Amino acid sequence: MRIRVGAGAGFGGDRIEPAVELARHGGLDYLVFECLAERTIALAQAARLRDPNAGFDPLLVERMEAVLPHCHARGIKIITNMGAANPTAAARAVLATAKSLGLYGLKVAAVLGDDILDTVRHTAIPLIDQPGTTRDLGAAMVSANAYLGVEPIVAALRGGADVVITGRCGDPALFVAPMVHAFGWALTDWARLGKATIIGHLLECGGQLTGGYFADPGYKDVPNLARLGFPWADVAEDGSALLGKVDGSGGELSLRTCKEQLLYEVHDPAAYIQPDVVADFSTVGFIQTAPDRVQVTGGGGTPRTDTLKVTIGHRCGFIGEGQISYAGTGAADRARLALAIIEERLRIVGAQMIEFRGDLIGVNACLRGATSAPDPLDVRLRVVGRTATLRDAQRIGREIEATWINGPAGGGGATWSTREVIAAAAALVPRDMVNPSVQFETVTP
Amino acid sequence: MKLRELAHARAGDKGDISNISVICHEPGDFAFIAEHVTAARVKSHFADIVHGQVLRHDLPHLGALNFVLHQALGGGVTRSLMLDPHGKSLSSALLEMELPDRQ
Repeated sequence: MRIRVGAGAGFGGDRIEPAVELARHGGLDYLVFECLAERTIALAQAARLRDPNAGFDPLLVERMEAVLPHCHARGIKIITNMGAANPTAAARAVLATAKSLGLYGLKVAAVLGDDILDTVRHTAIPLIDQPGTTRDLGAAMVSANAYLGVEPIVAALRGGADVVITGRCGDPALFVAPMVHAFGWALTDWARLGKATIIGHLLECGGQLTGGYFADPGYKDVPNLARLGFPWADVAEDGSALLGKVDGSGGELSLRTCKEQLLYEVHDPAAYIQPDVVADFSTVGFIQTAPDRVQVTGGGGTPRTDTLKVTIGHRCGFIGEGQISYAGTGAADRARLALAIIEERLRIVGAQMIEFRGDLIGVNACLRGATSAPDPLDVRLRVVGRTATLRDAQRIGREIEATWINGPAGGGGATWSTREVIAAAAALVPRDMVNPSVQFETVTP
Repeated sequence: MKLRELAHARAGDKGDISNISVICHEPGDFAFIAEHVTAARVKSHFADIVHGQVLRHDLPHLGALNFVLHQALGGGVTRSLMLDPHGKSLSSALLEMELPDRQ
């Protein structure tokens, strides 16, 4: 027995047609949408505070309208973390969408319990990536979500769910859960859970496995990226897998794309920590069996840790940013002069900056000393600062605007903006602090 | 010769840590790259960007090195002031590294 699991999205804003293509022509058993970045839940939580029916992925309904009829007709189960900060409201939205499409009998499950903000508020838990504890964040804390493992998703599938909506969980868990469900693996089968985590990791960024985030003309040419096909994995009971994509879709699935994605966002390849297992990527190999078909070999796992990771969203001041362009010979020198003037102006008006930087886009904005090249003839100055108050953030924009008239010659295309910063902190909590649960509801006429 | 002639790379982010994989186009170049693209060399290449330690994990059977760059993303994606807060472009920046010509 094998099951085929497809990746319908690599991030919240991803293209929808590749998911429809997978649902229609991919021969799938499961279609997974991984849509939650590090701070997405914090932003969603802010939306939920304004509206109790909001706080889930803004593209959820559009995605479901596009794929549900195909998935329902073919018996493909959908698993997604598009519930974000409000899986209950997301499930209601899916039910309403399915009802409007006449998909009666469709069963939707919401996975709850990742939101532990109330608990975290009242407990001093050390932060792992900065000094202090959760208590120090105090009222600035807007969200605290634990990374759940496969168990509640497996329970949802076992309960007959056609669509499973979660909030925060380990990204690979969305893919591992249907494997555990289909093959009945023990949750202490570290080798299989490790292999499954590797497959989930390879799939979770969607098109990044099949030629997205990869092309480099003349070095790595990839065909038909405008019609990039998203990947699927044929998983066997022993945890081995064949990777593929829909024939005729754009992109490339090859040893080189698989190697890049295997190591994406990985630190120690021998210890990739997830809620269900510590996966070992260090022994993974790839075999190209046919064009756009790659067999995954090796990989393993060791027992899970005693803790779960929690991402904590907290308000962290404001960012003000402005940009203005200079062109022609001396463009970079004029941009540098403008930067010096703006820095002095911010001091004169008394704007308080927690952090500040000036970049010359085209010269040093991304690389900052990692290359040496002559100054280009087309340079955009970018000034950006983090401030405690919105007023100080706005002062940056006002100084950029004033640079048009009062700054160096030929400054054009000034733009400016401000935004509130919702930063993410991380902590580890004991497993018994997190109690996941599953809610089911069925579409009725 | 630039590293780009021999290898490709991909950058990822987690908090304030960037990781960059460096993968040989030809498996036979692994030993040469492993000799010259050391963690210390990467640290000095990114002297103005990476403020913490640089670790290297070797995956010779894949012809790959994985570099883990601490304090590399302006305090982390969510509050960074960098134009590229995820450090996606650091992969291409690393491929600019000059290597000695081989005999």
